[in-house]
Amino acid sequence: MNLSMLWENRPQAAAVILFGIGLATLLLNQNLIRKIIGFSFMDSAVFLFLASEGYIAGRAAPIQNPASPLPASAFVNPIPAGLVLTGIVVSVSVTALMLALTVRLWQRYHTLNLDEIIRLARREEE
Amino acid sequence: MRNDLDQDLRASLEEPVPSASPLDQAHLLQHRSAVLREENDLSRMEPDALRRLRILYRVLSVLVACGIVGTLLWGVADLPAFGGGANPTENEVMDRYLSEGMREGGATNLVANMILDYRAFDTLGESHVLFTAACAVLLLLSREPERGDLSRSVPEADAPADPVLVFTARVLCPALLLFGLYVVLNGHLGPGGGFSGGTVMGAALILYRCAFGRRRASAFLSLRGCRTLTGAALAFYALSKAWSFFTGANHLPSGIGPGTPGAILSAGLILPLNIAVGCVVCCTMYGFFALFEESGILPEGDGSSGRSRPEPGSSRFRKGGAEA
Repeated sequence: MNLSMLWENRPQAAAVILFGIGLATLLLNQNLIRKIIGFSFMDSAVFLFLASEGYIAGRAAPIQNPASPLPASAFVNPIPAGLVLTGIVVSVSVTALMLALTVRLWQRYHTLNLDEIIRLARREEE
Repeated sequence: MRNDLDQDLRASLEEPVPSASPLDQAHLLQHRSAVLREENDLSRMEPDALRRLRILYRVLSVLVACGIVGTLLWGVADLPAFGGGANPTENEVMDRYLSEGMREGGATNLVANMILDYRAFDTLGESHVLFTAACAVLLLLSREPERGDLSRSVPEADAPADPVLVFTARVLCPALLLFGLYVVLNGHLGPGGGFSGGTVMGAALILYRCAFGRRRASAFLSLRGCRTLTGAALAFYALSKAWSFFTGANHLPSGIGPGTPGAILSAGLILPLNIAVGCVVCCTMYGFFALFEESGILPEGDGSSGRSRPEPGSSRFRKGGAEA
């Protein structure tokens, strides 16, 4: 592993570590709300990774000057910005959906612990 | 570990569930007996085995997370350098969007040009994702037994809000709404657009609802109004883009031009589409909050007053599966 390159790419490395934190949160917590928080962490990590892929050192945000248009080499990549926009919208929707499902589970079982919910659901099936 | 579990179970048993309806209470009794039976099962189970299983699960979880992070870091170390202008991701697609965007689309904000002109179809799908999620949340949360129609405003006395909150909302709400409008309307000229501006406006509406109660907020924008506005905005988006695609593909004059870049009325469809997207995002954000609040899970949501009241509709709960 090339450590100097890893240091060079530290935004992406930070995104990857954030992803790992989210994954660990998702796996280690039995509380459904905490699992959803972990999921949001992973979403944010992906957005950070995408946004950092579009950055080009020394270039400006892609807002063109209508009076004297600048060449394409003056701006950073606009495509990751659009992709992240898409991702944020989808992540908001998915989070809302998961929270709504959690509300339904809470109304039925009066607990947020996944183990307990599974146990109770099994009991009901019997 | 076993004692912890027992304590947890006992705590969950002793926890008072506020003012359940008769049906809820029946359900709760069932639930409690199930938990009791489970407790017996647990105490019969070998505590060492259970503990070992849990420790093994936690260790494995950490190992899996660390393994994935390690593998990805290995990959990151082999990526091209951060911020390099010659990286393979900075290719001719980006050059095209940047150099021709303003001439072809008319917006000086080249990102808006990309998402609402070149890739407008993609953004239409995105707006539909929001709409679908809002519909799904509505379906999930409106199956609550004690409420028939969500759009009908439930008569209830709002708890008196905190004076600090009311004052802050009074100062901030108009400014936030105005700023959101500015961001939406200025989306083709500078940073911003329908998504960010719509979120700002949605936040302003949520703040208003928190401070002044749901009845005054519903008078301003009800859930039914939200749905109508969202539907109209999506229909407008789809129809205008369909017109633009149809005429463009058949080389017909569409009557939509890029205009003078930099002017407020320019960039063809981008400004109206930004407004449509702003409406969708604002309504969805506000609708999510309103739905979650009305489902009675937020503290002081006044859901308890509705719960204690026995309603004829509560029998829906039993056959809810069939009705859904």
